[in-house]
Amino acid sequence: MTANLSNATPMLEIRNIKRDYHVPGGFMKKEKIVHAVKGVSFKLDAGKTLAIVGESGCGKSTLARILTFIDPPTSGELLIDGKTVDTRPGHLTAEMRRKVQIVFQNPYGSLNPRQKIGDVLGEPLAINTDMSAAERRERATDMLVKVGLTADHYNRYPHMFSGGQRQRIAIARALMLNPKLLVLDEPVSALDLSVQAQVLNLLADLQEEFGLTYVFISHDLSVVKYIADEVMVMYYGEAVEYGTREQVFSAPSHDYTKTLFAATPRADVESIRARLAKRAG
Amino acid sequence: MALLEIENLTVQFETASGWFKAVDGVSLSVNEREVLAIVGESGSGKSVSMLAVMGLLPWTAKITADKMLFQGRDIRNLPDGERRKLIGKDMAMIFQEPIASLNPCFTVGFQIEEVLRIHMGMGKKERRARAIELFTLVGLPDPAERLNHFPHQMSGGQCQRVMIAMAIACNPKLLIADEPTTALDVTIQKQILDLLMKLQAEHGMGLIMITHDMGVVAETADRVIVQYKGRKMEEADVLSLFEAPKNPYTRALLSALPENATGKRLSTVSDFMASGEFAGESR
Amino acid sequence: MAGTSTTAQPTSSAAMRRQMLKEFWFYFSENRGAVIGLFVFLILVVIAVLAPIIAPHSPFEQYREAVLKPPIWAQGGTATFLLGTDPVGRDILSRLIYGAQYSLFIGVFVTTLSLVGGILVGLIAGYYRGWVDTVIMRLMDIILAFPSLLLALVLVAILGPSLTNGMIAIALVLQPHFVRLTRAAVMAEKSKDYVTASRLAGAGPLRLMFRTILPNCTAPLIVQATLSFSNAILDAAALGFLGMGAQPPAPEWGTMLSESREFILQAWWVVTFPGLAILITVLAINLMGDGLRDALDPKMKRS
Repeated sequence: MTANLSNATPMLEIRNIKRDYHVPGGFMKKEKIVHAVKGVSFKLDAGKTLAIVGESGCGKSTLARILTFIDPPTSGELLIDGKTVDTRPGHLTAEMRRKVQIVFQNPYGSLNPRQKIGDVLGEPLAINTDMSAAERRERATDMLVKVGLTADHYNRYPHMFSGGQRQRIAIARALMLNPKLLVLDEPVSALDLSVQAQVLNLLADLQEEFGLTYVFISHDLSVVKYIADEVMVMYYGEAVEYGTREQVFSAPSHDYTKTLFAATPRADVESIRARLAKRAG
Repeated sequence: MALLEIENLTVQFETASGWFKAVDGVSLSVNEREVLAIVGESGSGKSVSMLAVMGLLPWTAKITADKMLFQGRDIRNLPDGERRKLIGKDMAMIFQEPIASLNPCFTVGFQIEEVLRIHMGMGKKERRARAIELFTLVGLPDPAERLNHFPHQMSGGQCQRVMIAMAIACNPKLLIADEPTTALDVTIQKQILDLLMKLQAEHGMGLIMITHDMGVVAETADRVIVQYKGRKMEEADVLSLFEAPKNPYTRALLSALPENATGKRLSTVSDFMASGEFAGESR
Repeated sequence: MAGTSTTAQPTSSAAMRRQMLKEFWFYFSENRGAVIGLFVFLILVVIAVLAPIIAPHSPFEQYREAVLKPPIWAQGGTATFLLGTDPVGRDILSRLIYGAQYSLFIGVFVTTLSLVGGILVGLIAGYYRGWVDTVIMRLMDIILAFPSLLLALVLVAILGPSLTNGMIAIALVLQPHFVRLTRAAVMAEKSKDYVTASRLAGAGPLRLMFRTILPNCTAPLIVQATLSFSNAILDAAALGFLGMGAQPPAPEWGTMLSESREFILQAWWVVTFPGLAILITVLAINLMGDGLRDALDPKMKRS
């Protein structure tokens, strides 16, 4: 289960991360503990993409929230650039927080409907730096252009954009503080196929330009196969498969991975022919 | 004779900025024992046209069609009572959100028996027996026990099975499935698609599969209609659509699939559609 | 979904505001009652502002020779007093016109007070949850458990009867509705991704509460504010009627009713007109509130 063989310090390393949820029992009922993530470890080098694959309830979104310090893990270690991060609430330094940013799945919920795009992008700078308003504006406009929008979009509100454009804005916001690591939580699953392709291309371009490290969370194997360097398959809170893309896709070791591959619809001509032949016969 | 035949269907909605055409002159037909897939991205009007056929659109929608025949019978201006007799019996529909499609206040058994009572006029014992039979048919474990469950006690996949059981309860001639697996996980999607295909073949139903997923189209359809912004772009049988798509939009859609990527970049729809009215992103 | 986005997009922010206003009016004007309510309300505002100009008499002037004159169209009425006079000979029309000032002032004052207080308390409860929330919400439950007018009466009895105390009491009674509404809206918004994104950008609790979350909770609050506006007018009139609100000789509608209570049988107009004024005002504002709900509540929008 080791995919990372290089000697350089990994950009991100997690060791045996666990996360339990307490479900309050209410009147006359015992409190329940749900183990959402049951000890996951991996190493990820700078500039690489790790895809975390799994179905709903497998713990992949919980893991994303831990990696972006939204929720602390119950136990385990998290290292960024070789330094252990103190993830307890209140102990996290602003510097660490800036290194990791997230892009959410739903581009309709992740932008404040009452905030102009300019303010969406300027907010991280206004809070974390002492740039002047003019400087912030310039940086935000530059970023808009980088993600494929234009400077005129600066004064508009989110509801005037399509899903794909909103996702570009969300990506731009995540990049405003020059993070090292971007956690992408199903960034294209709410998008139409044609828009999905554009956003995936954009992500590839940005990774090259800024040397970003991606943790790409997805349930869609075809997207994962396209974008990932390394793949981790999660099932009920555990990492059942972890390796390079080639290893995982050509020789999956775990039964669940095989089931997942078998269930993915195939859109190639040979499979259609085979199906039609079966249907006729 | 085609089971369902629609010619030049247009559906419009009034918005703050004027009339908006959600469906623009679409014609289609489905035969018995045929699986027709209507594929398109959001805003293509693929669901709206079927909701119009079912008479499920709000009164604010303006629906016009040159022809709308179900089993040779004009269903354009059917009185409400007649339409209710048709819908749910000869023509049934299942939706994207299985859990939201079931009434959370009643057991699933009550809900399926209600369908049987209204459309088939069955007695109490008969209904229960048929409900158990249907639950067995859609592959729900412990069908008799399952009848007493509430929707929130079941998973999304199980709720979709219940929806399918309700839809086929009266042996419909036509089943319309509106993104039946979009809200479900891949492994569950596989099971539900297999079930739908099995039932379609066994009952000889016509099936209209509305989807945005080319993979689902490839796995289920006999014939495919591609829609874009309310208009029909292409109609072809499934093999020729995937082998040799004629319309540039269809070609663009197929090449935007990540599994069809050549090299490190995906082709996007705008690469194909740089000209005129297709330029720009659609929602 | 695609309806609004496919049309030409405005570029300047002024044009954008115009477009949003246009959309608002489209939904608002679909409700005919709401438009009528809005017009009645606007007329009322104009009357209140121009009271000194349009009122034919002073509201306090007592015409001793013309006590209990009936309105112009009834037998014995004169053109000097269009709606007749009250038991001490004051012109009812003029008093009603000046009374509009009171009603609107009461509405604005009470709504502002309860809105600001309710939003603050509701934001804190909804944002921090835990024991703070429990304490606040139980307190609000206790306030809500009293019949509102009775509680207002008790408060006024403690503070002393005057219009100001009456308004404070009513504001306090109406406040729990705002607290509950704000809290519910904050809890719903707080779990959304854009709030998390702001938090990741380093925003502190104050910024999150007031800059990020609060602007997205305004729609239900505006609707509730209009309904409170009419409630405040109604409650103030009731307090006035019971002698616990505005004190005579102020031409407040409820007080007017109370002053002429004993003449109901012999002079119908002394109670009918103030009563009608209250009815029409409250009805108009409630209709307007309905229309606002249609226009602002995204769940009711169809697109």
